[in-house]
Amino acid sequence: MKRISIDPITRLEGHAKIEILLDEGGNVDNTYFQVPELRGFEQFCVGRPAEEMPRITNRICGVCPEAHHMASTKTLDALFGIEPTSAVKKIREMFYCSFYVTDHTTHFYALGGPDFVMGPEAPPAERNILGVIHKVGVETGKQVIACRQRNHHLIQVLGGRGVHPVAGIPGGWSRAISEDERKEFLEIAKQNVDFATFSLKLFDEIVLSNSDYVDLILSNAYTQQIYYMGTVDENNLVNFYDGKIRVVDPDGDEFVKYEAKDYAEHIEEHVEPWTYLKFPYLKNVGWKGFVGGKDSGVYAATPLSRLNASKGMATPLAQEYFERMYTILGSKKINGTYQPIHHTLAAHWARLIELLYAAERMQELLEDEEICDPNVRPIVQNTPTEGIGSVEAPRGTLTHHYRTDEKGILTMVNLIVGTTNNYAPISMSINSAARELIKAGTVVTEGLLNKIEMAFRSYDPCFGCATHSLPGQMPLKVYVRDHEGELVDVLSQFC
Amino acid sequence: MSKKAKPKLAMYWAASCGGCEIAVLNIHEKLLVVDEIFDVVFWPVAVDFKYDDVRNFPDGHIDLCLFNGAIRSSENEEIAQLLRQKSKVLVAFGSCAYEGCIPALANLTSKNAIFDTVFQGSLSTSNPEGVIPQTETTVPEGELHIPEFYPAVRSLDQVVNVDYTIPGCPPEPHQIWAVLEAVVAALTQGAELPPAGSVIGAGDLAVCDECELEQDEKQIERFYRPYEVVPEAGKCLLDQGLVCLGAATRSGCGALCPQVGIGCRGCYGPMEGVEDQGARILSALASVISVGEPSDSEAELEKILEEAIETIADPAGTFYRFSMAKAILPRAIVSVNGSKGADE
Amino acid sequence: MSEQFEPLIIGYTCNWCSYRAADLAGTSRQKYAPNIRLIRLMCSGRFSPEFVLKAFAGGADGVMITGCHPGECHYIEQNLKAMRRFTLLRSTLKQMGIEPERFKLVWASAAEGIHLAQEIDKMVEQVRALGPLKLPVLAGVNGDTAAVPIHPAHVEEVEA
Repeated sequence: MKRISIDPITRLEGHAKIEILLDEGGNVDNTYFQVPELRGFEQFCVGRPAEEMPRITNRICGVCPEAHHMASTKTLDALFGIEPTSAVKKIREMFYCSFYVTDHTTHFYALGGPDFVMGPEAPPAERNILGVIHKVGVETGKQVIACRQRNHHLIQVLGGRGVHPVAGIPGGWSRAISEDERKEFLEIAKQNVDFATFSLKLFDEIVLSNSDYVDLILSNAYTQQIYYMGTVDENNLVNFYDGKIRVVDPDGDEFVKYEAKDYAEHIEEHVEPWTYLKFPYLKNVGWKGFVGGKDSGVYAATPLSRLNASKGMATPLAQEYFERMYTILGSKKINGTYQPIHHTLAAHWARLIELLYAAERMQELLEDEEICDPNVRPIVQNTPTEGIGSVEAPRGTLTHHYRTDEKGILTMVNLIVGTTNNYAPISMSINSAARELIKAGTVVTEGLLNKIEMAFRSYDPCFGCATHSLPGQMPLKVYVRDHEGELVDVLSQFC
Repeated sequence: MSKKAKPKLAMYWAASCGGCEIAVLNIHEKLLVVDEIFDVVFWPVAVDFKYDDVRNFPDGHIDLCLFNGAIRSSENEEIAQLLRQKSKVLVAFGSCAYEGCIPALANLTSKNAIFDTVFQGSLSTSNPEGVIPQTETTVPEGELHIPEFYPAVRSLDQVVNVDYTIPGCPPEPHQIWAVLEAVVAALTQGAELPPAGSVIGAGDLAVCDECELEQDEKQIERFYRPYEVVPEAGKCLLDQGLVCLGAATRSGCGALCPQVGIGCRGCYGPMEGVEDQGARILSALASVISVGEPSDSEAELEKILEEAIETIADPAGTFYRFSMAKAILPRAIVSVNGSKGADE
Repeated sequence: MSEQFEPLIIGYTCNWCSYRAADLAGTSRQKYAPNIRLIRLMCSGRFSPEFVLKAFAGGADGVMITGCHPGECHYIEQNLKAMRRFTLLRSTLKQMGIEPERFKLVWASAAEGIHLAQEIDKMVEQVRALGPLKLPVLAGVNGDTAAVPIHPAHVEEVEA
């Protein structure tokens, strides 16, 4: 029995390792994607004042603190029974879209993107953001940095800080937007739209015109048929800030559409002893293990899942690209709805479509002068009891649930976090990629192991993610041991 | 400069959130300068080096290691010791490494309580067999291992010697760049580094000194929760009865949170010379309460003061929001089955 | 005979009233429990939360602050400052798992030797009933605490 350990896996946020266990014949017996981290927010937040949660739960993830901040703020709306005004909702949604632009940009260009733009088995020293810049040009690199810079600037001005914003309050936002700021932010939104369409064109040039990459996307190694989840508005179109949570089955039929407050009737979590992270699944289908199909409760919540679970995008350009993706990847349109795409690598494409939607949506909201309403900080008078709120985090549907005493001190906290939704399908994707790529007699190279890591990267796993990837050596060492733990081989590659 | 001559930079995250990594990225175009000057030899978020590569470095191979995240597990501690051995200069980067930060709020509860809530008590978790994660598990195909979850959260300097500290949750990008510039000047021009053990990338005063809100004589009869009042623009939040820890927090961030009408919660850590930040702010807040006269009866006084003090919600979790691991009492006593004492 | 738990109480005592009260108890041969160690402050208002926290961290099972009655403070109203600090600190300690009976504020004028002695005895018995204060330490691998002091600065002070 041989064992291949990838520890730690890289170009994602957080800690995890992959154990690949081979049988006597040299085929993959099983794989285990283990998460060695736990901090315990659901327990140590008990006893804290509820209104502090937007800035305590920020620290669940410093790459997507805006997502937790927003889910938490919406939970406070429900907890204190206060409906935000339409102006407040616009401020929040616009802020949230700005965050989506910067976050999806960083992932595509620095985290998951290099695998595509440079190629999965490109020399490791090139397979990072700088390699990407060399390939696509310094001007593009500066555009990527500029995109992050202008949106983080907006986040800091409106949210208080560039990382870990603080402005969310029950029923409101702690500061309003001036007319000058609205104009400045509108300019940012327009630049975002241009950058998004540019990125999609780049994807066309580099990925879609390369038949090897298209084959990779369509290959069995990265395909699985499961349920898909995403938040949609009243027209079943994708919305990141608010709406109902819609789940479709592998055939694309609506399985359920529920309000955030009813999440516990639909989601349950499974525990395994070899990892600290739990596995959510659809309660009404049940946990059947790490398998796909209609009879298994495994579901994914990624950009691809959101598009699969919807009937389209709510802004014109994004909708064009949406239809194009589904058509090119061979999805049939039945009764006006496209069938789900089951190729997990297509999430990279879906992410860019979402980037475009976020930019267009941001522009729409900023063109509405109501967003400058000065009265955005209400006084709360109701006694809090219980509240549930959700948003679409870039990495999946994010749900916060709080209960408090009459003084608003937390007595119970339950969280279903973005990437956690995807823990089972990630494990399955790693498994299928490993089984396809490693067989008896296969020479296990660094590039091959990177192709296995690619199976998780398309999910853009949470704990924060994508940051610039700096160049440097990318050595990889793989220790191959026999069933007695004796070192049989060491594969390493330094560049 | 040849690759061999470039100073080697490493960045690692222990029990953290990734915000420190993003803060480094938010130096924006200056990243390209950092890339020109340094050789990044270990940075799991961005570069594909593995732990074994670090184990194979000669001792002191890394010139500058920025270590963020608190020490929550055996893996965090092991890598802290490894990086100490392999680094010339080890910096506690950010509040988690400096003083525990948000993860150290777990020191107000216990490992048992956390495991119980997460794996059994959680209302969305179905675990009828009471499965709890184990450091060693036997599966059909072999043995699997995950790190031990320690009973308490510690700071980096509670497990290894630390050369410098950069405070903040996260440190602000302009401060990060100031530190990197100083390091580059030291490496390339022989400029002097601050004395070992210093807090760098931050100021010497309190957040109040950076804050643009107008301060007045503090006479506070009671405190308000942030949703109970709408503060008057341009005026000190604490003056208006909103809890703000700026008076006991080290400057350096630019007093960002008060600028959007939200009180400081102390993420830049204690001021120079202060060991327990929470005790300082407790004293400061208590001192500005202005109710009760010497002529009141003792019973009246007790009642008035208790009412005023009760308007501060969650004192321990507020005063020690970021600094539990460095508090004089760094862990709460959590009762188990009715008996008092630690549960490990 | 079984060993009875003898609580250790630290008493921060103001110079003008309560320290003199303790003195008076002594000269009047008014006994009070030897479990208390008195530390004189010029005023109860001098007490900082750190004094109390360090006392507990250093092994005290209880801490008492004593001062002049409101209206009688030698420094006009600094005992009110002490009272405010005491009240907020007591709530904070409660969250740390330290029972309110372990932290007391007692007013005693210079003439109230008996009153102070009685308060001390009462507190000693209350803390005796609660048992020793068992503070958890910052433990490492296998619960090893040898390498990790509760608080580095504090340990240095104790050893000095």
